[in-house]
Amino acid sequence: MGLPLGAALAACGSSGPTQTGAGGGTGSTATSGGAGGKATYWYLTGQPNEGVRTRAVERFNKANPSGGLTTTTFQNDAFKTKIKTAIGAGEAPTIIWGWGGGGLRSYVQAGQVDDLTSWFDQNAAYKDRLFPSSFGAATVDGKIYAVPVESVTPIVLYYDKRAFEKVGAQPPQEWGDIMDLVKKFNGAGIAPFSLGGQSRWTNMMWLEFLFDRIGGPEVFQAIYDGEKDAWNNPAAIDGLTKMQELIKANGFVKGFSSITADSNADQALLYTGRAAMMLHGGWTYGSMKADGGDFVSGGNLGYMNFPPVSGGKGDASNTVGNPAQYMSISSKATAEEKEIAKKFFLTEMNSDAQSKDWVGITQVPIVKGVDAQFGSGADAPWQKFVYDTASNAKSFQQSWDQALSPTAAEVLLDNIAKLFQMSITPQQFAGNLNEVIGK
Amino acid sequence: MPALLFFVAFGVIPLIGVFWLSFTTWDGLGEIRMSGFDSWRAVLTDPGLPHALWVTFLVTALSWAVQTPASILLGTFLAGFQRYRAVLSVVYFIPLLLSSAAIAITFKALLDPNFGLGAGLGIPILVQDWLGEPVLAFSVVIFVVSWQFIPFHSLIYQGGVRQIPRSMYEAAELDGAGRVRMFFSITLPQLKYTIITSSTLMVAGSLVFFDLIFVLTAGGPGDTTRVLALDMYKRGYMANLMGPASAIAVILVLVGLALALLLRRIGGRDQTHSQLEGV
Repeated sequence: MGLPLGAALAACGSSGPTQTGAGGGTGSTATSGGAGGKATYWYLTGQPNEGVRTRAVERFNKANPSGGLTTTTFQNDAFKTKIKTAIGAGEAPTIIWGWGGGGLRSYVQAGQVDDLTSWFDQNAAYKDRLFPSSFGAATVDGKIYAVPVESVTPIVLYYDKRAFEKVGAQPPQEWGDIMDLVKKFNGAGIAPFSLGGQSRWTNMMWLEFLFDRIGGPEVFQAIYDGEKDAWNNPAAIDGLTKMQELIKANGFVKGFSSITADSNADQALLYTGRAAMMLHGGWTYGSMKADGGDFVSGGNLGYMNFPPVSGGKGDASNTVGNPAQYMSISSKATAEEKEIAKKFFLTEMNSDAQSKDWVGITQVPIVKGVDAQFGSGADAPWQKFVYDTASNAKSFQQSWDQALSPTAAEVLLDNIAKLFQMSITPQQFAGNLNEVIGK
Repeated sequence: MPALLFFVAFGVIPLIGVFWLSFTTWDGLGEIRMSGFDSWRAVLTDPGLPHALWVTFLVTALSWAVQTPASILLGTFLAGFQRYRAVLSVVYFIPLLLSSAAIAITFKALLDPNFGLGAGLGIPILVQDWLGEPVLAFSVVIFVVSWQFIPFHSLIYQGGVRQIPRSMYEAAELDGAGRVRMFFSITLPQLKYTIITSSTLMVAGSLVFFDLIFVLTAGGPGDTTRVLALDMYKRGYMANLMGPASAIAVILVLVGLALALLLRRIGGRDQTHSQLEGV
């Protein structure tokens, strides 16, 4: 091993404006880990997360010269297709990295991943250190099929403090305030909300919160459980109606359907002062800090949990988003490979060394008590906010497109795009989705 | 013989595989189960299919209608032997050398309503919701497709025009025909077979348009630009429905075959005759 892995991978660099933050390298870069690497592990490119992943492998391979990991890295979208094809062809890597939820369920149903429930029972102390909310998306029919890893990223309502000062307003306390703010900001020539609507899942985050705040987590739970006509729930229809009201009132930046999230143009609208607020994942904090000049470091970025809807049933502490990332073991791997993978989970994933790494790049690992490490740096308040949001949430709903099966998720995303285009009504939306419930 | 072998290995066998898959249920991960006509029924009763067919037809027809006249004019213009035309034909050829994905990403960035060309140069007319409004998004797709492929077809027409014997133009000149007259009475009729070749390539190409539309609009807004090939990809790889995706693949093959045969018929009757006859 001549070059350190980090340097070799960093050389892929990021190219073009569409790749910033979301992923740098093109295609795949194969790098072989330490000598005698046996188990295989694929992961995503895109700094700074890639660096944390790479360093974990380096530490593990150094500590285990006789049986380490061989790694391959992929850009986000390429990985999604590649991993599915590889599993289908029986050529999956030993460690299957993913988002849990419906995708994991389809692996389980195809008998492609190992049941890890008894392994967790044997390593109860390891399990107890992790956020309890991170296990929901790892569990299928009462059994745990994946190890929750990496960091927690709830969806957050970001706002530009400068814009609020300009119009003399306060951040919204409830849904009614949002509709008032829309008028105020439009009057001042600032778009109320930024949105990368072409990416579709960006729109979905709004519905996730509205459903929760109006009807509580039970509304989506019924859909997830496959209850007949669950999308017809009055709370769901109310949420969809409120959504279209907000769109009609010009709540979103003009031309939002042409804007994609992977180019980070939606974030740019916020930090350049063209939009006042943005509902987006916790992962955007890092990229806004990197790309937004002094927007974050100058203290102009505000953030809060999604406000309640008056009269709604949902707890205001509830949140949605990614409770963790997930690692499963391929059932096709050899016993030796599986042992290496388990050793990797136990000694390296969620370890103190890795927690320190995640904290170092302003993320919040899914380890209890990690808030003690946040220190007093400029990013500490943000990390504390994410930690508190994730650990205090009464319900942490996994993003719908990950929670549902790929079949249902695709129909969902298609219809969300149409709902935001105003080309279908809330009732039509519910009808179209009722047809794929449980599929 | 080797050609036949390759055709069987990479053409016929996968085709049979896809045909077989269209009678199964498979999520791409687990076991493949035979399920009779389930996938076909799902695809044929889906209102999305007529829509995707219509969009595919529109893309094919409109991009043909835009590209053909432009390519003929450009090809005819470039068929002269002056040096500046040689330089120009190299310049015009550049779009074809770029990958579709790169073109799509570039246009997407240029058309961004907030950070694109219009906003950057301060030209309000260029600040539009280019990829968010159905009609605009459709027009953008046709424009970008044409921008990419006109160079290729111009090249074909340039070759076609150069094949036309000079003596015909000389004779016409003696008869006092002008440039426009010569174009319509000699160049265009003589290009008949070139037009058919170029059109066949265009139609076959537009049927399988995928990469450019996928990156540019992803089928949006809504499903305005969701062509058949994109529909196939979305069902197969995004929604894990390999059976219905295979059924659509079979439909694509059939439509492609039908169109190719139709085009052959249109131009085929006197194809064996020499174009130079009677010179």
